[in-house]
Amino acid sequence: MIAIIDYGMGNIHSVQKALESFGAETVVTNQPQAIKACDKVILPGVGAFEDALAELKKYNLISALCGHIKSKKTFLGICLGLQLLFSQSQEANHSKGLAILKGRVVKFPDTNGLKVPHIGWNQLKKAAEDCPLLKDIPDKSYVYFCHSYYAVPDDDIVAATCDYGVEFAAVVCRDNIYGVQFHPEKSQALGLKVIENFINLC
Amino acid sequence: MLAKRIIPCLDIKEGRVVKGIKFLGLRDAGDPVEVAKIYDRHQADELVFLDITASFEERKTLMGLVEDIAKNIFMPFTVGGGIRDIDDIRGLLNAGADKVSINTQAVKSPDLIAQSSRRFGSQCIVVAIDAKLHIANGKSHIEKKTISDKPEAISKKWLVYINGGRTPAELDAIEWAGEVAKLGAGEILLTSMDYDGTKDGYDIDLTKAITSTVNIPVIASGGAGRLQHFYDVLTTADASACLAASVFHFQEYSIRQVKEYLNERGVRVRL
Repeated sequence: MIAIIDYGMGNIHSVQKALESFGAETVVTNQPQAIKACDKVILPGVGAFEDALAELKKYNLISALCGHIKSKKTFLGICLGLQLLFSQSQEANHSKGLAILKGRVVKFPDTNGLKVPHIGWNQLKKAAEDCPLLKDIPDKSYVYFCHSYYAVPDDDIVAATCDYGVEFAAVVCRDNIYGVQFHPEKSQALGLKVIENFINLC
Repeated sequence: MLAKRIIPCLDIKEGRVVKGIKFLGLRDAGDPVEVAKIYDRHQADELVFLDITASFEERKTLMGLVEDIAKNIFMPFTVGGGIRDIDDIRGLLNAGADKVSINTQAVKSPDLIAQSSRRFGSQCIVVAIDAKLHIANGKSHIEKKTISDKPEAISKKWLVYINGGRTPAELDAIEWAGEVAKLGAGEILLTSMDYDGTKDGYDIDLTKAITSTVNIPVIASGGAGRLQHFYDVLTTADASACLAASVFHFQEYSIRQVKEYLNERGVRVRL
């Protein structure tokens, strides 16, 4: 069973729909107990870092999420869900994230002539060949991004980058923890392949 | 590198896809769910759904239809029409929209842009601007030459219209674009009322005036007829994306054809 965390931060149904298209069993939940019962968790989300953290706190989800990850069960953060894994965000006065991964979340500079937010289809540049989430995803595949902030991990956990003025972490991968800055559930066939890979992870 | 986006637009009236000329004379173009599925298969980069009468008739967007479309596609999906407050936005996001497009209410209550972008993130708030040429060189008519061809055309002025193009808002379109970007909008969906449905090409001057004013992506809309039109607005006017309805709905060009044309001319697209 895969838990999709519903904490009021945007479109969760498309994630569920993508999982179910492969016959995966899912539960959309904001209950800590339900998370404990699942072997995989997805933290989706779009929106503001600080509000997202406040919502996670409100539903008492932080310890459940951290507990899930510490028990080595599989976790996937999508977009804001990836950013929340990090220790600090430049957004909203350096609010503290979940601090499961070391690093910070910063905003794209608006000085290099590029439009911010970074919205649209951009290419993945694979940095590691062994990330199971990117199995059968060719280098330079186009996937859909929609964000103003990106994570800068301290450790060597980047499985793919993307170039938008700066080369930023598009996919991170450490043990049982996965994070994607793009939206696999919105990236048509290739995105669905990433979802399928996630389902097939042990 | 980021690809330029090609976006089909579903203008919805009474549950059907329709398309008019200069916002009038609507013609039926099919069942929205079926049309959306076709565009997903054809690898459209995004889909925009505008309930074009919602604002005028003070109706809420057809939530059920949004759900049905969202269930059937795996691409980014923007919904607009009749949005009044934060709860409407939350409702649409819950129904499966990825972004919302706010038009009339953004003008009436600009604070909604600030509030909603803070709550849901800028990337999810699109402000739609319907603009109509007001004055060009002292005359109120369409001047088709581009800025670069004709320097005095810089004196053009466009006004913002609301309620589906029915009501002038007494706002200068360029100033309003700057304002919405400052308030936190993540994108501007810019429709030229003068060119909409005419197939004479996008309004290059208007689009260029806006893209050079704001640092957020601008989706150009209104006037696509020939392949060259897509190229012009993405290059000369520096739009981030092109919206089109008639040319796709009535199968004059496929999305693939447009992208191949652009790709051959060095515009980065996702093929």
